[in-house]
Amino acid sequence: MSDMVLETRDLHMAFGGLVIFNCMNFALRRGERHAIIGPNGAGKTTFVSLVTGLLKPKSGNVFFDGRIVTNDTPQQRVKAGMVRTFQINSLFKALNPLESVVLALLERDGKARLSLRSVSAETKLIDEAMALLTQFDLARDAYGLTEALPYGKQRLLEIVLAVALQPKLLLLDEPAAGLSTQQGHEVFSQLAHLSKDTAILFIEHDMNLVFRYADVVSVFAAGALVMQDTPENVRRSPRVREVYLGN
Amino acid sequence: MSAIERLTPERAKAATGYFARLARWNVYEILFWLALAGMYFVPNVDLVLMSQIFIWGLFAMSLDILLGYRGIPSLGHAAFFGVGAYVAGYCGKFGWTEPISALVLAMAIAAVVGWLTGKLVQRVTGVGLLMVTLGLNLILYDLVHRSTDVTGGDDGMQGIVIAPVLGLFRFDIFGRTAFWYALIIAFILFVIARAVVKSPFGLALVGARENPRRMIMLGAPVEGDVSRAFALGAALAGAAGALLTQTTQFVSPNTLSFQRSADVLVILIIGGTGRLYGGFIGALVFLILRDWLAAISPVYWYFWIGLLLVVVVSFFRKGLLPSLETLLNRWKPSKADGPTA
Amino acid sequence: MSSILTVLFNGVAYGFLLFIMSVGLSVTLGMMNFVNLAQASFSMFGGYVKVTAMQSFGVPFLASLPIVFIVIGALSIVVERLIFRHFYNTDDLTQVLLTIGLVFMSIAIATYAWGGTYQRIDMPSWLTGQRDVLGLTLETYRIFLIAIGAAMAIILVLGLERTQLGAMVRACVDNRRVAGACGLNTELIFALTFAIGGGLAGLGGALSANLLGLDPNFPLRYLVYLLIIVSVGGMGTISGTLIAGLALGIADVMGKYYFPQFGGFVIYVLTVACMLWRPHGLLGRQT
Repeated sequence: MSDMVLETRDLHMAFGGLVIFNCMNFALRRGERHAIIGPNGAGKTTFVSLVTGLLKPKSGNVFFDGRIVTNDTPQQRVKAGMVRTFQINSLFKALNPLESVVLALLERDGKARLSLRSVSAETKLIDEAMALLTQFDLARDAYGLTEALPYGKQRLLEIVLAVALQPKLLLLDEPAAGLSTQQGHEVFSQLAHLSKDTAILFIEHDMNLVFRYADVVSVFAAGALVMQDTPENVRRSPRVREVYLGN
Repeated sequence: MSAIERLTPERAKAATGYFARLARWNVYEILFWLALAGMYFVPNVDLVLMSQIFIWGLFAMSLDILLGYRGIPSLGHAAFFGVGAYVAGYCGKFGWTEPISALVLAMAIAAVVGWLTGKLVQRVTGVGLLMVTLGLNLILYDLVHRSTDVTGGDDGMQGIVIAPVLGLFRFDIFGRTAFWYALIIAFILFVIARAVVKSPFGLALVGARENPRRMIMLGAPVEGDVSRAFALGAALAGAAGALLTQTTQFVSPNTLSFQRSADVLVILIIGGTGRLYGGFIGALVFLILRDWLAAISPVYWYFWIGLLLVVVVSFFRKGLLPSLETLLNRWKPSKADGPTA
Repeated sequence: MSSILTVLFNGVAYGFLLFIMSVGLSVTLGMMNFVNLAQASFSMFGGYVKVTAMQSFGVPFLASLPIVFIVIGALSIVVERLIFRHFYNTDDLTQVLLTIGLVFMSIAIATYAWGGTYQRIDMPSWLTGQRDVLGLTLETYRIFLIAIGAAMAIILVLGLERTQLGAMVRACVDNRRVAGACGLNTELIFALTFAIGGGLAGLGGALSANLLGLDPNFPLRYLVYLLIIVSVGGMGTISGTLIAGLALGIADVMGKYYFPQFGGFVIYVLTVACMLWRPHGLLGRQT
């Protein structure tokens, strides 16, 4: 089994005549906490969309878990263990957090099929859901209206729904966006406790969070991977400063 | 945030208890069914009208699976009702007179038709969906209406024989057997539908109603679930159709007319969607009102039905039953949604 | 050969009628996302207004048409202001149910006011009979219908493209919120569009009365046709509505002429197939 959970080879993407990136080669180790940083328009979100299958590359390939997934649908990639969260909250309004997480677990295990047995028969999954909610400090809100949750908690719930699928790779597009500094740290400290079976790839603008929680940092600029190294080395690199501040 | 909270056994138990409580029968539900059964003993009650109410209630409940739980509006639900009605009719006409097995057969065939319909429409939404379901209904109506040799056309199918239920209870002109037969079948199917909506599948339907895109990203087979919901809804509608044929020993193209599709939608909306009981409450209100209005103004009663519809969507947008629940909950605010632990 | 052309001609005439009746529905659906099935009732009342004007007040046929347009247009504004505008933000189904309720009420009202039987329609002699055109014997009235329908289509397209109101309507169809934010009085535009759409529906009803028959069940009979046209044509496009209207008219007349045993079957199958192929209509925005 390959050491890499995610790899892209010679990924080429363009919208119309506008080339987003050419020859993107990228690799992510199992269990790694990997941050992507870079100025606006560097192609970060496009990259994540290509990886998750919302967009198709013009050429090149995406490897996930040692298999080519370039032509798989997002759904197939979810089943294979690649799960993303959404930048904009998209939750189930009429379900409370407990029901939402139980639903995610039922779908993960393929147990939401036609049957006459009440949900309450799935005690193991309900326990697991409650454990997840407890872990992410949502146990007190488990029975409340999802709509009524504060914004930060809704983001946490969004992450719980993704984590519930026990992904091999979890993709987070700006998980701390719209949160206070303290809330941002809370989100990341919860993520830091996740098992090492799950690799995490996240886009983040807050450098404090990036340097504190990432094992590896990739710097994107103008559609190219400028640098990929440990947080310390990235922090010290004059090239990165150049990318952000211009010449 | 250094210390991570652990899951306590009490908390886990409370969570399972929450789902168990959702599935448990409450006293109002039991009273509701007892009251329906009790109607039999009310002096001068119109038993035929009552069995019509059970049949329409079951039919509206079948639409509730699609509309209330999955959020799919259908303007062609009478198609499934009609399929069930004609299957039961053919059974009775060609010697399969035992009613319960014929009812099961009618449900099975309606389910297949529903499943295929679901396959067909699962990518269509909004007004297009209304049009396609209506279109399919009209196609079927036209087919039945025109195939006079096979279906009897407008005159309906004659010579349907239904054996006594369980070999004991003959369908009589007072509608006594029809009353109990329709009520018991409707109740059994209600119990089944209730179990399904409280099951993981029911939760998945509501999830897809609320946010289909998110469901796809959970890896849920959203499109397959649409077909399954259609199959279930169609089977229940088919049972209602078969009940109508068996209790009246007659079937005509009327059973799958657009009028019936519109009426069942009206009934469900009046009662309220998403709680299974809405269909029965709606049927009760609609049929009794219709009976009464048609008696006092035979020509213009549709004016009042129309007005009722306008008033319901204007002022009780969720239907009568949910509006009533809101009112009740205001009186007893102590009954919260779940444990606060 | 000539019989095919005659059938085609009858289909086109019918198609223009359907276009006039449904174009208002299509525009309001595109603009306010409002499903107004009561459009079919506006058509019915248009027919009755014409009949009353001609028979009770002795108004000549041609003069009755603008009267119908104005009366039904005014009626549409009243209904829009009193009822419809409260439902712009509700879902499709609520709107369908509301307007079906109104259709039921309109049927009862028409029965009360004009009786439940078919109306006798007297046409002026210059519109009856047949004429020879290019070697074909065609009904005069259908020639008249095609002329009026084509004129209406041209006026509407030009009006939408060239006039200020048209530009504002197009802005609202494209994006209602932005149009409102740019200072357009969207309420007024909605009301005017409703009036014109309703007036046209009434006009269509008036023109159709002697061809399709006029009785209180008219809305129920033609409601399905209107729904087919707007969903097949795609909402909010006049050209789409015209194409769908003509296609439906031709298919319906031809189907009933050549395959009388199938009746409405042909058009329903075509409609469903079309909707499954292009869920947002032939010319609709595909998302």
